Amino acid sequence: MSGVMDLGGRAWALARRNVLAAYSVLFFAYLLLPIAIVIAFSFNNPTGRFNYVWQGFTWNNWRYWDGVPGLRGAIELSLEIAVIASLVATALGTLVALALVRYGFRGRGATNLLIFLPLSTPEIVLGASLLTLFLNANVAFGFWTILIAHIMFCISFAVVTVKARLVGFDRHLEEAAMDLGANEWATFQKVTLPLIAPAILAALLLCFAISIDDFVVTYFNSGTRITFPLFVWGSARIGAPPQINVIGTAIFVVAVGLMVTNVLVQNRRGKRGLV
Amino acid sequence: MAVEPRVAPAPAGQTGPRIVDVRLEGVTKRFDDVVAVDDLSLEIEQGSFFALLGPSGCGKTTTLRMIGGFEEPTSGTIFLGDRDVVGLPPYRRDVNTVFQSYALFPHLSIFENVAFGLRRQGAERKGLRGRVLEMLHLVELEGMERRKPRQLSGGQQQRVALARALVCSPRVLLLDEPLGALDLKLRKQMQLFLKRIQHDIGITFIHVTHDQEEAMTMADRIAVMNKGRIDQLGSPDELYERPETPFVAGFLGVSNLLPGTVAGADVVRLDDGTQVHVAAEALQGRTGRVAVGIRPEKIRIDGGDANTLPGTVSESAYVGVATQYIVETGSGRLTVYVQNVRPGAEGAAPGDRLTLSWSPDATFVVDSTEGSA
Ligand SMILES: Nc1ncnc2c1ncn2[C@@H]1O[C@H](COP(=O)(O)OP(=O)(O)OP(=O)(O)O)[C@@H](O)[C@H]1O
Ligand SMILES: [Mg+2]
Repeated sequence: MSGVMDLGGRAWALARRNVLAAYSVLFFAYLLLPIAIVIAFSFNNPTGRFNYVWQGFTWNNWRYWDGVPGLRGAIELSLEIAVIASLVATALGTLVALALVRYGFRGRGATNLLIFLPLSTPEIVLGASLLTLFLNANVAFGFWTILIAHIMFCISFAVVTVKARLVGFDRHLEEAAMDLGANEWATFQKVTLPLIAPAILAALLLCFAISIDDFVVTYFNSGTRITFPLFVWGSARIGAPPQINVIGTAIFVVAVGLMVTNVLVQNRRGKRGLV
Repeated sequence: MAVEPRVAPAPAGQTGPRIVDVRLEGVTKRFDDVVAVDDLSLEIEQGSFFALLGPSGCGKTTTLRMIGGFEEPTSGTIFLGDRDVVGLPPYRRDVNTVFQSYALFPHLSIFENVAFGLRRQGAERKGLRGRVLEMLHLVELEGMERRKPRQLSGGQQQRVALARALVCSPRVLLLDEPLGALDLKLRKQMQLFLKRIQHDIGITFIHVTHDQEEAMTMADRIAVMNKGRIDQLGSPDELYERPETPFVAGFLGVSNLLPGTVAGADVVRLDDGTQVHVAAEALQGRTGRVAVGIRPEKIRIDGGDANTLPGTVSESAYVGVATQYIVETGSGRLTVYVQNVRPGAEGAAPGDRLTLSWSPDATFVVDSTEGSA
């Protein structure tokens, strides 16, 4: 009796373990296959305008990554926008988060709610309303409208990220700093900032990532300027050069590299008792 | 109630003018509808170990935070030395605080934690290292300077917090229940340690605690706080031997309070007619209804003292060093401790009738507890 039970149990455990393994393999294949194809096709040597069928291996796409007219400019614009937007949005977002967590002021509840609006509003609505706003204000579309739009939706992400860290922040630490002779600015510099730095860095990376691949909002507000996502979209209609895969792969490698570095650094700091 | 907290004269034998380090004048702190500190006045002498003692929520922390500069009083003035410090930020006040949570900077090493205050003062590098190491030596943490706070035990962190505050040589050190998070044994050790350090460096300590034993062990002077006010201020033995309010009598140790009426310059008549003699100064001009207080260990069951009260033993409990009796009398129930001086000596048993006696000097008088309880 118990033997049968045992056997059944063991079979069940075996099945369960294999199901889990199979599921995991499928899951990661689903997740990674598209990326693998993007990477593989960055080494393709297509004969026509379309990079959809494997023709042969070549380094040329990597060697002449900016061989497609307009690609280099688009990447430069995207990087420029992403760097400025993430810096500005993180700086502003950090200040907003500090104000929201630290000070009771009139309209705090409303501000808290408003911060979440850009996160929950469909991008298409955001883009369209910004377009309307800029049109009504007679603003010339181009670099500045893209930048303003990106800062706008990045701020919310920055606020939310930094706020999470501040909520768990022991206020006594700042009081202790002041007690030991640090004025407000020194306290911020020596205690508050170092302790929320990981959150600020996370906000910076998040904003950069969101900005650099934004399409919808940018499309509405870019005027004649072309960012990298707009370029990809445009070229996909007339043919997709393998250089797009090259750039995509490069972005992927940089992102994974940053992530791994971050994990390693955190682990090391954790071992040394820092956080 | 309404016994004005008085500042007792300097301890005998001390020469020279008394220097007051901290003076609070009519300080009130209101949080919305809560009055946390209520018209509190108090003077703390230089070099003393001063304890603010009281139950939870009586306003101890709030008082300390106002001295430290983390809260501003709603009204009243705070002096550090001769200087009115109301409105000054914490970094402009010559006091340092040991926080209950220690509040060590988690991102800085022990060395940098202790050096923090010196660096803010702009101490030059060479002297700084020496002073930090010296301070770590004082709190017995040599060799720990490169660790991070989270790599230390609770007691060690506590000493870092102490070193960090002391290294700035403040006029006054504020300690808010610094031993609250430690276990009993470590607490006892740290009590003696703190007391010794205070004695050695001579800085004024203001120590907040709700533990009467801790306050009695450590402090030269204790202010007993109750509902935002100071009920009584004095040395530990004054508070114990001559409590002035029922609250103080009950908060510090066990006391027997018997209701009665003042019937002369040094006599109180209990409700069953018994006359109790008290020291004349114990009455402090009170008339009418009062309560007479006697500490349990001051009562004898073998007679011989001037005040007597017959009663019946209702319970007895042997607790080693003493035997505790509960005795029912015509004026109420009394707790009595009798020291077990001779081994095997027969004490009283429940049901025994006996006559309690105690000396007038051991008797204190407080305002009547009727109506207020
Ligand atoms: N920031 C605040 N806002 C509102 N009420 C407060 C605030 N701080 C303290 N109080 C109130 O003031 C009163 C005194 O508080 P305080 O912290 O000084 O008490 P305490 O004597 O230190 O008590 P404990 O022994 O529990 O620490 C309490 O009723 C408390 O609720
Ligand atoms: Mg407190």
